[in-house]
Amino acid sequence: MLIRKSADLRYSDVTPQPTYLNRRRFLAGSIALGAFGGLAGTARAGKIEDFKKTSYNAGDEKVTPLEAITHYNNFYEFGTDKEDPSKNAGNFRTSPWTLKVEGAVAKPLTFDHDGLMKIAPLEERIYRHRCVEAWSIVVPWIGFPLNALLKQAEPTSKAKYVAFESYYDPKQMPLARWGGIQFPYVEGLRLDEAMHPLTLLAVGLYGDALPNQDGAPIRLVVPWKYGFKSAKSLVKIRLVEKQPPTTWNLSASNEYGFYSNVNPQVDHPRWSQAKERRLGELFRRNTLMFNGYSEVASLYAGMDLRKNF
Amino acid sequence: MSKLVGRILGSRWTKVAIFALCLVPILLLARPLWMLATTGYSADLTANPIEYITHYTGTWTIRFLLITLSVTPLRKIFNQPKLARYRRMLGLFAFFYVCLHFLTWFVLDKFFSFSEMWADILKRRYITVGMLGFAMLLPLAVTSTAGWVRRLGFVRWQRLHRLIYFAALAGVIHYYWLVKSDVRLPLLYGAILAVLMLYRFFIWKQPPPKRAPIPTHKPVATTPRTASLPDS
Repeated sequence: MLIRKSADLRYSDVTPQPTYLNRRRFLAGSIALGAFGGLAGTARAGKIEDFKKTSYNAGDEKVTPLEAITHYNNFYEFGTDKEDPSKNAGNFRTSPWTLKVEGAVAKPLTFDHDGLMKIAPLEERIYRHRCVEAWSIVVPWIGFPLNALLKQAEPTSKAKYVAFESYYDPKQMPLARWGGIQFPYVEGLRLDEAMHPLTLLAVGLYGDALPNQDGAPIRLVVPWKYGFKSAKSLVKIRLVEKQPPTTWNLSASNEYGFYSNVNPQVDHPRWSQAKERRLGELFRRNTLMFNGYSEVASLYAGMDLRKNF
Repeated sequence: MSKLVGRILGSRWTKVAIFALCLVPILLLARPLWMLATTGYSADLTANPIEYITHYTGTWTIRFLLITLSVTPLRKIFNQPKLARYRRMLGLFAFFYVCLHFLTWFVLDKFFSFSEMWADILKRRYITVGMLGFAMLLPLAVTSTAGWVRRLGFVRWQRLHRLIYFAALAGVIHYYWLVKSDVRLPLLYGAILAVLMLYRFFIWKQPPPKRAPIPTHKPVATTPRTASLPDS
């Protein structure tokens, strides 16, 4: 495993593996596709040398251009406009870093920045990512299944839920105070959701370590749930007995439920979830149940998803 | 000083300049749109240009409504009757931007689907109130001409045009209901609107004022045009 850290390294130096970007297709494609290139030299993330490809390919859907993935973010710690995180997260310190796994586990674990990359073998998975605001992207994440980490920690019989906590430092994140939500950002999953093989801890995307604005150095990715469930910049993973509080639910419980599975039939109280705009496309496309990941349906067998939204 | 400002405000060229200035927001979109069309991406429009343009034109609608509503208070406070020459133009620019706002949504979001549009208007309260504001601006734009002032009679015309207060309020509420949690901007616009309305309320509450001193350099009482410069 080699993580090169270099201020001089630009995305354009390391990215163009044709399998990702397939730029010809973009350039030849319809309006609003194409030259997402000419990337800003702000990224300092290093290239990830060693990861294996997988068959997770989001049904061969076109991967969203890196420029969109890194310049259209909801990361309220760095401001509420979509471009704010790309502007303001540049100097965010992700090293040193500490991630703790604690709570109802036989073996509490602690990882430092370099340790994050060695928790489990890294693999690339291309996932659809659907925001609760009805836009979506397709991201080539690099990471490992969360269950690989949880198994190392050995959850006890009391572990029923997993609570996630994001980093928060008002000094590094002065704009967070205007976000209108509570910090540190917290999220949660039921244990079986967390153990599902689709649930990922991502440390990179597009072949690089995660850009700061996308949740460096490590973040959750739950592709069948709305994007806000996939908490960024994790510092704590705690196994607990009771359903943990989650940030957006605390902010507006009638709008953001604990489950927040992508569901075209259950609207957000203020807008429809039936369709979404894939970044780079002109018109809206239909949203798929569980964001197209129907293999998770059995997790919710017998549950009223209207009530447990 | 006040005289000089009055003369500047009275100049035809100032009006042309302000007209050009009002076009700046839309002109600023031209280059990014050209980039988007030719290269497929413009950082200025973000990765979601349709949403960006929808928000951009919506924001400028609210701004122009507030600017329009500032004309009368500023005219009175600074005793600059010539300011009234700009009110109609500014109000029509608010209408211009709301039309762009509506069309962006209707064409690019709803793709001309009336049924989808109606469903949203009925079901989504932020759209309901936004459409209500748009609907209120329609008759104001239509009756903005001098001919309509005559046809309706000034008092009725003035009463009709007070709809702009409610249109601006609808715009602010529309914005407030749309944002997820960061309500700073909608609250800012709401506060500005509140100040402008409070000013009107206090003027209305005051005993009828003595006429402001008529500018000495020119008799105005005889010019019929003052009749179309009502208080509101």
